[in-house]
Amino acid sequence: MAATVEAPATTVAPVPQVVARKVEGPPTGWTSWVTTTDHKRIGIMYLVLTFAFFILGGVEALLIRLQLAVPNNDLLTPQTYNQLFTMHGTTMIFLFVVPVMAGFGNYFVPLMIGARDMAFPKLNALSFWLLCAGGLVFYASIFFSPPECGWTCYSPLSDTTYLPSGGVDAWIFLIHLTGLSSLVGAVNFYATIANMRAPGMGWGRLPLFVWAILTYAVLLILALPVIAAAVTLLLTDRHFGTHFYDASNGGSPLLWQHLFWFFGHPEVYIMVLPGFGIISEVLPVFARKPIFGYKAIAAATLVIAFLGLLVWAHHMFTTPSPSLVLIFFMMSSFLIAVPTGVKIFNWVATLWRGTITYTTSLLFAVGFIATFLVGGITGIFVAVFPIDWQLHDTYFVVAHFHYVLMGGAVFTIFSGLYYWFPKMTGRLMSEPLGKASFWLMLIGFHVTFLVQHSAGMEGMPRRIYEYSDVNDLAILNLISTIGAFILGVGILLTLINVLISVKRGPIAGPDPWKANTLEWFTSSPPPVNNFDAVPRIRSVEPMKDIRRQIVAQTGAAEPAYMTAMEAGRLAGDGHGGASR
Amino acid sequence: MTSRRLILTLLAVVTGALLLAPVASADLLTPESGGSPNADDIDTLYKFVLAVAFVVFVGVEGVLLYSVIKFKARKGAVPAQIRGNTRLEIGWTVGAAVILVVLATLTFVKLDDIRNPPPSGANGLQLADTSRRLPPNGKSLNICVNGQQYIWRYTYAQDCKAGKNLGAPFSYEEMVVPVDTTVTLDIGSQDVAHSWWIPKLGGKFDAIPGYTNHTWFKVPGKFGTKPGGTVFFGQCAELCGRNHANMTARVRAVSVQEYQRWIDQRKADIKSAEDQAALLRRKLEGSTANSQPAGPAAAGQNPARPGDASDTTNPQP
Repeated sequence: MAATVEAPATTVAPVPQVVARKVEGPPTGWTSWVTTTDHKRIGIMYLVLTFAFFILGGVEALLIRLQLAVPNNDLLTPQTYNQLFTMHGTTMIFLFVVPVMAGFGNYFVPLMIGARDMAFPKLNALSFWLLCAGGLVFYASIFFSPPECGWTCYSPLSDTTYLPSGGVDAWIFLIHLTGLSSLVGAVNFYATIANMRAPGMGWGRLPLFVWAILTYAVLLILALPVIAAAVTLLLTDRHFGTHFYDASNGGSPLLWQHLFWFFGHPEVYIMVLPGFGIISEVLPVFARKPIFGYKAIAAATLVIAFLGLLVWAHHMFTTPSPSLVLIFFMMSSFLIAVPTGVKIFNWVATLWRGTITYTTSLLFAVGFIATFLVGGITGIFVAVFPIDWQLHDTYFVVAHFHYVLMGGAVFTIFSGLYYWFPKMTGRLMSEPLGKASFWLMLIGFHVTFLVQHSAGMEGMPRRIYEYSDVNDLAILNLISTIGAFILGVGILLTLINVLISVKRGPIAGPDPWKANTLEWFTSSPPPVNNFDAVPRIRSVEPMKDIRRQIVAQTGAAEPAYMTAMEAGRLAGDGHGGASR
Repeated sequence: MTSRRLILTLLAVVTGALLLAPVASADLLTPESGGSPNADDIDTLYKFVLAVAFVVFVGVEGVLLYSVIKFKARKGAVPAQIRGNTRLEIGWTVGAAVILVVLATLTFVKLDDIRNPPPSGANGLQLADTSRRLPPNGKSLNICVNGQQYIWRYTYAQDCKAGKNLGAPFSYEEMVVPVDTTVTLDIGSQDVAHSWWIPKLGGKFDAIPGYTNHTWFKVPGKFGTKPGGTVFFGQCAELCGRNHANMTARVRAVSVQEYQRWIDQRKADIKSAEDQAALLRRKLEGSTANSQPAGPAAAGQNPARPGDASDTTNPQP
């Protein structure tokens, strides 16, 4: 009795629907850049803008070193000198290192997780333009009165009583604008990584650079609101009659220090963790073996970020603080050395028993490990607070943080640049020029900063526009200045390399390095939609799985060890690989 | 010579040069010390940490350099596809933690001596009781250090609260202290943040308006033997404005007798300046050029005469 449904007598093919009357060509002209929401274009704009600020910050540094080349120099006035080191520090941190990581992240995170773009493309564009606005407002101050308070802008010096000109306000404006830029970007990164990973890419198969950017985003979200609050209180103290930092009216200069450093310390991990992620990508590719201890490195990244929120008062060991505070922050600063050490050991173990190819990218990665280790070790010295009582606010600390930030983060940025340039432009950078740049940068860096440890120990404080000819300060400073110019030439060589390779570098193809992660699956540069088809992810090294699958399915011979090298498109070692 | 040996030799030469040159000159590898036990203790602690640091540095850099040179890609070489080694990883994590425990222990061993002043020596100035972090016998020579843009002021008094030491001896930029005597410092600021630092006499302590920071030093007796004593140099160590670089400080350590003479001379100078000012005031108040009626403090009355309720004038009707 049940009714039956009869199949139709004939099957009719579905009628194709016309959904577009016209196919738009790719956007061209400068307006397309201004209005773009494509993460790749935004990434490139980030890289170009931040490197421009890097050059500006570098020029400021060279002027500083020229003033300090000889004792009692009068090349610069005290006011100009104070403005220069304020601009230099602020530029390098807020306008170079932090946003350049966002630049690499913007370009490569969607590619590495197999996504078509970031989660919020328009928000992404907003991030970039906020950064641009911040930089412009800040640098506009050089036509009026740049800030003179140092990048830490301590109270009460930053109050209108002592620094009435608009420089500090320009600085506050920069913090708000770039802070908002980073905050918005951080939310975007988090949403993208949490939600848009390719099928099969669980958390245990996330590339380490993506782990690093995720951690970077979380730290930004936790730290930036605090500095935003701190500088807003400074703004109201300066202009609206409040006394948050004014001791004579119930406030406290130490409040500024605590608020600033609660942000300031995570800020340095924000700067360096994505760089760690880049190294974790580069080493396995050029050692041709998997990263040693993937889980340990991912876990160490998270632990460093967490502990990084608990060490801030180690910047305040010389303030009138209770013993308990000093001891707690010494111990937490010690603790953070453990996961950092674990990472360094894992990177060295990745190189151990590999077959290492000395491309420029790898050289910067190895130079980073060697240099960052020294910076980490000097960090232990200053973590011991009685020792810090001698070393705080001297050139020992200047040397320490340049070792970890310049020899650390900046070297990773250069490693990433040489590694990812072919993907972004479709062309390889020149290896001989790259190697020359590396060696000059490495030697120049150490000549500049190694002797600064000694200058600090001989009593030279920071932020002084002149010093007397006592102890060995004259020769130490002269050596440091010479090193700074060597370093500058090294950086210039990479810049020249970028400019000539964009037009005339050898064609790279999709995977010149025979690398491990998904961005190498698509063409160089990738099409607007990144991937036509996203493969299922089966491990943390999807490209190896893809190559294995191709060999299995097509019966083709294992591809040449280094396609680009064999084809003679890479100068340098010319070692032999597996022959076809 | 193979390129590998060339590289290694080059590295050895450069490293050796970098290390030997500064070692030849003292204090390039360690902080300043010599003027006080706390500075010497910090120096000792630093040397322990340096020894540990050197071992870690040579170990890790050594393995890194070895790997980079030995495992260069060559024809036929096959990379070992190692993903991890749990025992090794636990081992080096625990090892790193153990090193840090050792360093923390060393710090706590030295900490008491660095923070707590010893009593003055038998040949030092004999002193009265005070009320701050003190030697076991509770006595120290207290000096109030005041930072301002761009000069240090020292007030030689036990109480550093504002208004409590108006008549006390003082000096600017150069502090005079007796040797072999525990000197405690109360450090403050009247405008922006400064930092008091004489490297050979110990660590630096920030001068923050609204707060008093404390430290101490005790200069060994040998520095006071020659007339004029020994001068220790330092300067402000916290950016305080445009002339921060020139906010210098000196501590002149002299024999106890010389210190006593100096302090008495200062007191005498202050007294004579006050007496001359009082004389001038009486002259001005007594003259007809000044139309104010003379108050009770005029005509030679001593304003500090016991029994006066206050020394502010009550205008006579």
